[in-house]
Amino acid sequence: MSEYSDITKKGLWTNNPGFVQLLGLCPLLAVSNTVVNALGLGLATLLVLTASNAAVAAIRDSVRDEVRIPIFVMVIAAFVTAIELLMNAFLHELYLILGIFIPLIVTNCAIIGRAEAFASKNSLRKAVADGLAMGGGFGLALLLLGGLREVLGQGTLLADAQLLFGELARGWTITVIPEFRGFLLAALPPGAFIGLAFLIAGKNMIDRRLAARQPAKPPIGAEPA
Amino acid sequence: MSGVTLSSPHLPVQPSVGGVMRGVLLALIPGTAAMVWLLGIGVLINIAVCVAACLVTEAACLRLRDRPLSPFMRDWTAILTGALIGLALPPLAPWWIAVIGGVSGIVLGKHLYGGLGFNPFNPAMVGYVVLLISFPTELTLWTVERADVATTLAAQFGGLGASALDAVTAASPLDGLRTGLSQNLTVDEARIASVFASGGWGWVNLGFLLGGLWMIWRKLITWQIPVAMLAGLGIMALVFWLIDGDRHADPLFHLMSGAAMLGAFFIATDPVSGATTPRGKLVFGFGIGVLVYLIRQWGGYPDGVAFGVLLMNMTVPLLDTHLQPRVYGQGKAGRPDR
Repeated sequence: MSEYSDITKKGLWTNNPGFVQLLGLCPLLAVSNTVVNALGLGLATLLVLTASNAAVAAIRDSVRDEVRIPIFVMVIAAFVTAIELLMNAFLHELYLILGIFIPLIVTNCAIIGRAEAFASKNSLRKAVADGLAMGGGFGLALLLLGGLREVLGQGTLLADAQLLFGELARGWTITVIPEFRGFLLAALPPGAFIGLAFLIAGKNMIDRRLAARQPAKPPIGAEPA
Repeated sequence: MSGVTLSSPHLPVQPSVGGVMRGVLLALIPGTAAMVWLLGIGVLINIAVCVAACLVTEAACLRLRDRPLSPFMRDWTAILTGALIGLALPPLAPWWIAVIGGVSGIVLGKHLYGGLGFNPFNPAMVGYVVLLISFPTELTLWTVERADVATTLAAQFGGLGASALDAVTAASPLDGLRTGLSQNLTVDEARIASVFASGGWGWVNLGFLLGGLWMIWRKLITWQIPVAMLAGLGIMALVFWLIDGDRHADPLFHLMSGAAMLGAFFIATDPVSGATTPRGKLVFGFGIGVLVYLIRQWGGYPDGVAFGVLLMNMTVPLLDTHLQPRVYGQGKAGRPDR
């Protein structure tokens, strides 16, 4: 099972698509203005990534190398279309807010990257695990950035949760800073870039602290003593 | 002074960073005095709060980056950054505006890029732009005449909001012009309708012009950037004023309002983030002037000095590479002359 825990750890932390690979930044930066938007797109990406990883792994032996990329793209496009129709039907308001970024999941390089780098070379079970881990990692990055920007930009968390969780969730909004008029920069595009940069810096700082605590394992690239 | 004349060679003393910054701060005095006379004590409080925020942030960043404190804390650059942000703020802005501006300027504009000497953008303008796009309401709290001390203190520290201050705040000249033009008034009508701060801003700009000329005379800055920037702004204003004087304010108005002189002599001339070659400086300054006019006339904000400076900061590496001066005895591409 250690293989699977390794896949999970890579997806969520050491090789996180948002914080380490820096893939799929366009949706990551564009729709992370609130937690609910971020969660909506994160879940959609997670579903597409897992399904496309599974499908690519299942057909990997019958796909010729020369045409693999177009075929992967078509597989991904099929799942994205399905997700788009589902969201249009059941989460219509969120679908309208996320807009172009749902069809654009097709072009999310994190997804084609996993199909090419992992799913086309591994078994179905491992590819599904990788899809869940990488999708989870991407969702985590979206969620953290969305939370940061929503608190700073509006002073709330989980505002408009009914868009994703139905009418019951209408009262879930947590007002973190009461009577806050908002630090508009955080909600605007530059805030997304600055916020992501601070999150990556924070992750690197945690990694460095962890590495310093374990002197037996020098970090990659360190001079051998 | 020992009074002993030493024999040649006489080597000039290289000016220190701190010495230059102190000179620039001295040169700010006439313009600042005019602003205090025009707008009240709030200007000074803004500067004080901003400078304090900048110094504390500078010290904290240096600690975090494991850099020595004393050489950087004594170089006066954080104080100048704070003073410039403070001067850009409206006199009734609450105190936390000044604090956020100072902190953003030093952290985002300076230390994230590696501290003094490595910042591609003008730190003071980074701090001001963060405020400008984040807190549009607070940054309109300009007054039409000198606000008394009690009102200023209540606005800055008592949490008086924009609505409570409605009676004392008024559009600055550029803002009034902008609103008037958007209501299809002519420039002259807008001037009457918005009670333009009756020439006071002209005195402020004259004060900064005086300080700037003193800096050129003392060789603290070179003439290229200010002259080119004012030329860019003036030429644009002149052309459009000649085309249609009813829809475009005259060049003198543009040169003597808003942050024109403060920007030309004190902000655009930042030695770190500005161009360094003589021809580069001319293009850099001219570009800022043109951008300021474009933003004032057609942009979304009443004044454009901050955005103009930041946008031109991005072109500096290109300008400095392509507009290098020809070395004497060398051909165009650095090849020796035949």
